[in-house]
Amino acid sequence: MNATEPPGPPPLRNPLGYTVQLGLDRPIRLDCGIEMGPVTVAYQTYGTLNADRSNAILICHALTGDHYVADPHPITGKPGWWSELVGPGRVFDTDRYFLVCSNVLGGCMGTTGPKDVNPATGKPWALSFPGITIGDMVQVQARLLDYLGIDQVFCVVGGSMGGMLTLEWAATFPERVFAAIPIATAARHSAQNIAFNEVGRQAIAADPDWCGGDYMAQGKMPHRGLAVARMAAHITYLSEPALHRKFGRNLQGREGFSYGFDADFQVESYLRHQGSTFVERFDANSYFYITRAMDYFDLAAENGGVLANAFVGTKTRFCVISFTSDWLFPTSESRAVVHALNAVAANVSFVEIQSDKGHDAFLLDEPVLHATLTGFLDGAAEHRGLPRRVVQSEVTKP
Amino acid sequence: MMMSISNGNLRVDLKLIADMVASGSRVLDVGCGDGSLLAWLGKNKGVDGRGIELSMAGVTAAVAHGLSVIQGDADTDLKDYPTGAFDYVILSQTLQATYAPKTVLNNMLRIGRKAIVSFPNFGHWRVRWDLLTKGRMPVTDTLAYDWYETPNIHFCTILDFQTLCADLGVRVDRAVALDRDGQVLDGLGSRLATNFFADQGLFLLSRGD
Repeated sequence: MNATEPPGPPPLRNPLGYTVQLGLDRPIRLDCGIEMGPVTVAYQTYGTLNADRSNAILICHALTGDHYVADPHPITGKPGWWSELVGPGRVFDTDRYFLVCSNVLGGCMGTTGPKDVNPATGKPWALSFPGITIGDMVQVQARLLDYLGIDQVFCVVGGSMGGMLTLEWAATFPERVFAAIPIATAARHSAQNIAFNEVGRQAIAADPDWCGGDYMAQGKMPHRGLAVARMAAHITYLSEPALHRKFGRNLQGREGFSYGFDADFQVESYLRHQGSTFVERFDANSYFYITRAMDYFDLAAENGGVLANAFVGTKTRFCVISFTSDWLFPTSESRAVVHALNAVAANVSFVEIQSDKGHDAFLLDEPVLHATLTGFLDGAAEHRGLPRRVVQSEVTKP
Repeated sequence: MMMSISNGNLRVDLKLIADMVASGSRVLDVGCGDGSLLAWLGKNKGVDGRGIELSMAGVTAAVAHGLSVIQGDADTDLKDYPTGAFDYVILSQTLQATYAPKTVLNNMLRIGRKAIVSFPNFGHWRVRWDLLTKGRMPVTDTLAYDWYETPNIHFCTILDFQTLCADLGVRVDRAVALDRDGQVLDGLGSRLATNFFADQGLFLLSRGD
């Protein structure tokens, strides 16, 4: 927490990003009561931390995201999930801000998760990994900021589960968060969303290769189950109009019906592709643990049943964003957060963006989202005393 | 940058409202549009401003200019704010479009120490003349909609409004009569004359306690 504290041993530099062991001398106490440590955290940074360490933006990834925000993914080779937004002069301006993103606790891209070896047994954790919460993920992120010597981040931002982490940050460490941007998210996981998560988990559990979670030790991979989980979830990330616009009832490479159960329709072929590519980069047990953490999330319940209590006295500047066609995290959920923030007279902006792209809109090219983020960050930067955006015409060419 | 929308001249009626606001105060602008008034108050009076706006275009413009504005409306979103959260709550040209003007007014003076309200005056002579001579719902510069598409569902005259204030125990600190361009109409004398000649009324109100 103290920026003058020696930051500890230098992190391991990976081809992309860094890895560091945290909680070596002080284990992390999880909500389930178990103490965990050390925890390995994989993270990536962009831009430069300024002298007074006031320009950091913590980016929180979604359920199946990772810290490769603006790098080609090391497994799929695809561009980072927010690469359009990161760079000099972009929304997350690397000339002005120091961006940090870490793989969440329980993840499978470098941070300690169920696929890693439990040092106590020498075997993969699998289902012996402790149950985790959004709060636990935030505690681990906070340790990373301690390690990086960052007392207060200029902004925490994230969409979907990343938005839950953002809200949890603002509620747990209000003094460490100058501004917060929860996008397409909710202060509690709805019954419907818990239901969808359960369908995904049961799809994995129904795959014999899951082996009751013990597939690593048995040299198997529940690819079919995980692919079905991804297919079901992927539908919830889109909207009916977006699906219809993209595929309609078009057939896939054929003139008529097969009268069988191949992928006759393009939408089937698309979903199968989404499922099969997902299993290459994601761990089935991580999917169990992280979806469970989302299910458990209920910021009101953590604060005596009143959501506003989570934010009493907050000085954080909030920008809440939702999308009209997002039915997984509908605008009503964002509005509940806004009402709670209003009830404590917090400084809050709220924009519902017109889009037919569904929940995934926060990851896609949405000019209004980008303009909103830029404007809010510029306004917050001015209040924080950070330098202004350099307008292109003001740059003198050498 | 942040203040581009405040670089232009503030609309005449908004300038009158701005003049009523003390420097360094906390202001909630209900129906703030693109945030022009808030931006002006922030730049020129060091005001800590927040806004509520119904239109998506207005909200995104305001937030993109660094203002703290939420999407919402006077009927549904005022009830959440705590008592005494603001020094001023402003409602410009919107009261007549709310479902429950009385509740809105009460809420404004609950969450704000003072309220600033402006609205078109249905008692203006041109409105009366239209109704009297044509027998049709008036369409004027200030009331520019046909009856079947107007968002204005609770018209009142300046006298009606003053009566409501009295009923609610609200103190009128200032009452200003405006013409259709938002300029101050001076020297109208009696309440009845004001109610006859003013296109709009602008009121600075405070809790009567």
